[in-house]
Amino acid sequence: MPSRIAEIRLVSSHREVYEPCDDSFALVDALLADRTNLIDHNPKICMEIGCGSGYVITSLILLLKNEVPGVHYLATDTNPIATRVTKETLQAHGVDADVICTDIASCLEKRLAGSVDVIVVNPPYVPTPEYEVGMEGIASAWAGGENGRTVIDKILPVVDLLLSEKGWFYLVTLTSNFPAEICLMMRKKGYASRIVVQRSTEEENLLILKFWRDKDEESLKKETSSSFVSQFSRSLSSLMEKQWR
Amino acid sequence: MRLITHNMLSCNIKGVANGFPLLIEAGKVIEKEVDFNPDFLRHMFAKIEWKALVEGARSMGYAELPEDSPDATVLDSDESFLKKLHHALLELHLEEGALVCPETGRKFPVNKGIPNMLLHEDEV
Ligand SMILES: C[S@@+](CC[C@H](N)C(=O)[O-])C[C@H]1O[C@@H](n2cnc3c(N)ncnc32)[C@H](O)[C@@H]1O
Repeated sequence: MPSRIAEIRLVSSHREVYEPCDDSFALVDALLADRTNLIDHNPKICMEIGCGSGYVITSLILLLKNEVPGVHYLATDTNPIATRVTKETLQAHGVDADVICTDIASCLEKRLAGSVDVIVVNPPYVPTPEYEVGMEGIASAWAGGENGRTVIDKILPVVDLLLSEKGWFYLVTLTSNFPAEICLMMRKKGYASRIVVQRSTEEENLLILKFWRDKDEESLKKETSSSFVSQFSRSLSSLMEKQWR
Repeated sequence: MRLITHNMLSCNIKGVANGFPLLIEAGKVIEKEVDFNPDFLRHMFAKIEWKALVEGARSMGYAELPEDSPDATVLDSDESFLKKLHHALLELHLEEGALVCPETGRKFPVNKGIPNMLLHEDEV
């Protein structure tokens, strides 16, 4: 039987809330591709930052529901309407998560540090003028500031704080966000990374990255920044070639 | 929002040293049944601040939890305790009401089960 994910017809919507789009689908595809690993991972606390319509968190829950019972799911968004829409989407699928209206995870940082086993984020990543970031309404769903990195760069340290020792982090990025640099920043915090899904649409070149704490301290020390970035570029171009072939 | 999440929330207004636990003003509380999972409870028990849970449960109308944090051994021996813990953590939902910062008294509204923890500009 194919794994269940959220059904579009059951996803609630509102004109002020980001509708599931290519990026959302790519993120869910990455979770599907990694499903067996996620089941082995046996997470106890999973969370989504920026849940929007609830399509992704609902899919994650459905994906793990039968094999991994007893997981606490949390979802956050700064848009109060999005948090309500997420609740409706969860309900329509007969599943549940605790949804909180907050900036990234700020009200959770103190008590949840080091406890979250899976974090998924489809952030506002579109390069825009800085003033559009965090504006009220739908623009805050995509407006990412310079290189689309303003919100991403705020999320990374929070994720590092919240993830448990074995924690995993899935992040949607565009090639114009300089993903190699993001991976390098995370590398310096001790994380290994890989590209789980690469997808080019007419408008954008999407990458779903996965991060986890690297136990191998030695390789961390040996690597120079430039060797890391060129290695990343090589694996990216080979992925893109595969897609076009 | 359930008490498991309440146990993880704190008020992060700038300058607040002790924003935990948030007091619960319960307007509407509902119950939803969840599958009983002892392993999950054992895992979560270590992370739970007991007093915050007991007080939170009481303000939501559930007063069956022991006042003092039980010894972790009861998790293996006392099924009736586990059932109470399960109910308090996972089956009670604060649907309408507010969460109140213990230090500043700032109220965060809870509507349709969703706490709005967004801060005003002068609070960050
Ligand atoms: C690209 S949309 C993704 C929505 C949904 N997760 C999906 O994949 O379809 C980004 C979401 O992040 C939310 N967001 C933007 N800035 C945020 C912040 N600082 N903290 C939490 N959520 C934020 C937006 O309101 C929006 O719902």
